[in-house]
Amino acid sequence: MELTTTWYLVLSVLMFSIGAVGLLVRRNPLVMFMCVELMLNAVNISFVAFGADLNDVGGQISVFFVLVVAAVEVVVGLALVVAITRRRSDANADDISVLRG
Amino acid sequence: MLALLAQQVPDFVRPDIDWHAAAPELTLLTFGALVTMMDIVWLEKGRKLTSIVASIGLLATMVPIITLAVDGADRSMFGGAFVVDDYALIMKAVFILTGYVVILLSTNYIAEGDYWENEYYGLLLSSILGMILMASARDLITIFVALELLSIPAYMLATWRKRDLKSNEAGMKYYLMGVFASAIMLYGMSLLYGGSGSTLLTDINESISGPGDPSAVVVLGIIFVIVGFAFKVSAVPFHTWAPDTYEGAPTPITAFLSVASKAAGFVALMNMLFVGFFGRDDVYEPVIWILAALSMTVGNLIALRQTNMVRLLAYSGVAQAGYMLAPLAVAGDVPDSALAATVGYLVIYAAMNLGAFAVVIAVARKTRTAEIDDYRGLFHWAPGLTVAMTVFLFALAGIPPLGGWWAKFRIMGAVIEANTAAGVVMGIFVAVNSVIALYYYARIGVKMWAEPAPDDDTAPVRVPVSLTSALVLTAAATIAFGVLPGLVGEVTKVSLLAGVGG
Repeated sequence: MELTTTWYLVLSVLMFSIGAVGLLVRRNPLVMFMCVELMLNAVNISFVAFGADLNDVGGQISVFFVLVVAAVEVVVGLALVVAITRRRSDANADDISVLRG
Repeated sequence: MLALLAQQVPDFVRPDIDWHAAAPELTLLTFGALVTMMDIVWLEKGRKLTSIVASIGLLATMVPIITLAVDGADRSMFGGAFVVDDYALIMKAVFILTGYVVILLSTNYIAEGDYWENEYYGLLLSSILGMILMASARDLITIFVALELLSIPAYMLATWRKRDLKSNEAGMKYYLMGVFASAIMLYGMSLLYGGSGSTLLTDINESISGPGDPSAVVVLGIIFVIVGFAFKVSAVPFHTWAPDTYEGAPTPITAFLSVASKAAGFVALMNMLFVGFFGRDDVYEPVIWILAALSMTVGNLIALRQTNMVRLLAYSGVAQAGYMLAPLAVAGDVPDSALAATVGYLVIYAAMNLGAFAVVIAVARKTRTAEIDDYRGLFHWAPGLTVAMTVFLFALAGIPPLGGWWAKFRIMGAVIEANTAAGVVMGIFVAVNSVIALYYYARIGVKMWAEPAPDDDTAPVRVPVSLTSALVLTAAATIAFGVLPGLVGEVTKVSLLAGVGG
């Protein structure tokens, strides 16, 4: 069976959905970051698949930008987790609830 | 893959760079780097100077913006990915001036609060750099990079009081919602790229616009992109981060997020709607309509029962985002009026909302909280602040002759001018919501003017010079925009449609 663009897009949709559901369901910030990474990499697959399909280099260029920005986002996110765990023993998104209303 | 790349990439040709067009970004970048370097080289000694250098940097950035405006020519670089036109220049000026007022608000707050000062201003400048880049971005990649450049420093700034759990929580919520939103938006962008074969907004518009039904990929792409920006502008149902982040973040940063960050979200949304999706108003109009109607109604209803001033302003900001989205819901029918109405509203909203936060910061210098009950009897110990707050609140409510009424008037004008059922219903939504909003703005007015101060404590509050000048600037702008509506009317007569022949 030949792998067509559609297969890559299906993979990308699946990864994106897993990431999105995981981000909404899981409560550990580190796991939530991983879910964000899944979503962003789903975007990368989709860009590359479309780029190959269209025979256009734009999709691959986009991936470089997404990769760099994803790395930057995670650095900031981990810094936030460190700041929180310094103040309290564990980092659980449900316990972070001083602010309500 | 490499062979594919090699055969596609022609010989490298250096792109023509119009240095004048890029001058605002380059100036701000220089000063941002300078502020960061000052910390590294001079350590403690540089600390007192950073806020001054940062504000000089912002004022210096205004110079090329003004010379570009005087020159008047539309400039375009990198095949149309970076465009300088009247619309971009107005929004750049709004971002720069907002940033300047935020620095005025921050100076004493940050210096007296035992925070990290140099990094604060460096990050603030890089966030503003992202915003002025966004005003010129007409390409999916440029928009994405600009969005992240303005968001990522903002995540850190929201967590700036890092020993405070509230601030940690504010930053964490903002961060998680922000990256979730940008992932959704990016997925939408990849679908749009797949549906059109280009990342350039004008090419996308050419490729996806009708006649005929849009493909499912394009519809999904448009919806995902709009949802991504709906988070940024805190439109219902994607507003849940806003009140918590606003309450926990340092108040000057709250002012920055609620004005500049929101405006940047709108700028990106308008670039997308008016350049990228212009031919597909059948897809985006209903989505925007729902977001606008929900934001106004839900924002105002929840604001009614808030007891904290910052949370109240957060929900009022959600409702204001609804008003600003309203004309975009008829953007396909009356593009010029819709764009002018939203841009005008952004300009006026910046003045009045920054002013309201300036008063909140000034009052909190004495009360240390932002509870609305602490505003009781404000007139007895801070008559000047009371008058200023009344001006800003009634401007936000849209009472003539203050800035807000003209902004609302234009919104109403645009949605009625569309002359469609959707537009008229939207007009009714705006009218009803303005009445609801008046109730909670006026309630604060009554508390400030008519009730006695708690514990009869009428010791005056000392307001530092920089905060006073921020108050004077914003109050003057709020009143001037209302008394001389032509002022905003003239400068916001802009069009984005040159590129799409509309």
